[in-house]
Amino acid sequence: MLNAFLILIAAQLVGTGLQRAGHLPLPGPVIGLFLLALLLAARPAWRSRGLDPVAGGLLRHMGLLFVPAGVGLIDHLDLVRTQTLPLLAGLVGSTLLTLAVTALVMEWHGKLGARIPGGHYVRPPAR
Amino acid sequence: MSVPLPADLAACPLLWPGVTLAAYAIGTDIQARLKGNAVANPVLIAILLVGALLKATGTPYAAYFAGAQPIHLLLGPATVALAVPLVASLPLLRRSLVGVALALAAGAALSAASGLLLVKALGGSSSLALSMAPKAVTTPIAMALAQDLGGLPSVTASLAIAGGILVAVASRPILTLCRVRDWRAHGLAAGTAGSGIGAAHAIRLHETAGAFAGLAVGLNGLVTAVLVGPIARLCGF
Repeated sequence: MLNAFLILIAAQLVGTGLQRAGHLPLPGPVIGLFLLALLLAARPAWRSRGLDPVAGGLLRHMGLLFVPAGVGLIDHLDLVRTQTLPLLAGLVGSTLLTLAVTALVMEWHGKLGARIPGGHYVRPPAR
Repeated sequence: MSVPLPADLAACPLLWPGVTLAAYAIGTDIQARLKGNAVANPVLIAILLVGALLKATGTPYAAYFAGAQPIHLLLGPATVALAVPLVASLPLLRRSLVGVALALAAGAALSAASGLLLVKALGGSSSLALSMAPKAVTTPIAMALAQDLGGLPSVTASLAIAGGILVAVASRPILTLCRVRDWRAHGLAAGTAGSGIGAAHAIRLHETAGAFAGLAVGLNGLVTAVLVGPIARLCGF
């Protein structure tokens, strides 16, 4: 568990260091995520060093970790009140459009694959 | 009207971490009692409860946020920890690489661009548009991206959660209407548009959908992190 926390913190610090040094347009923890993913893909044995349970525990209760930043909404209630239409329309329109287009691109590509022998179009079970 | 906290209680370093934990525990309990209903999101419940307490006691948000740092600090390591499920789901890519790459690139670019342009077209401010742009990705990454873009991370967090709830509620009817029958497509779309909450819903629908939703959450975090800045500039921000 200690090792696992050290790995996570080290990856974040290296990510933040790279961001600062290279002026990369990516948040430090996201660079850390990418670096750890590369490391785990190259050395799968690292996952057994206690990383699975620690990552699982952090991710299971990840919602708790957004609360302090999320409460900051109380300082922006005027924005919610005065810009309700762009906020709601932007949220609903953009989310549903993204949902439909992502699914349709994957579906169309899958159907092309199904015509090739060995294609792998997965039909949902009848309901 | 507010009733201030007793000074010795307000000075206790465990107060705000404890309050945050309690509010979140109440939120998870409410969601469990409602059989996991996505609308009863524990994070939203906790934000409402803590926000109401701050208003009632006249506590400035900055004082709460300084006190809740022990919890907030774990957000970075938790973001890095997303690498573990991402790497575990990578074998799924072997047979669907091209489809996943095309769908994810389309979804990530469309999500950022449509969020920015819809808000702008309807007269919203730049800071709202930039808070909207990264809202489809998993909340910790979305907040970090909003910060870097010049948006408001707290607004992005609420938008990310609300978008996830919308996906959980609407993905099945919408994708049925679009005649999407491939569970890989269903899961990939739910994870791309609704991140963690969308993926949790997909897992309950179908095993394949859940696996692809998990893959989409991790990959979309990385793809959007790279794309959202250039897309914002292209859209004139």
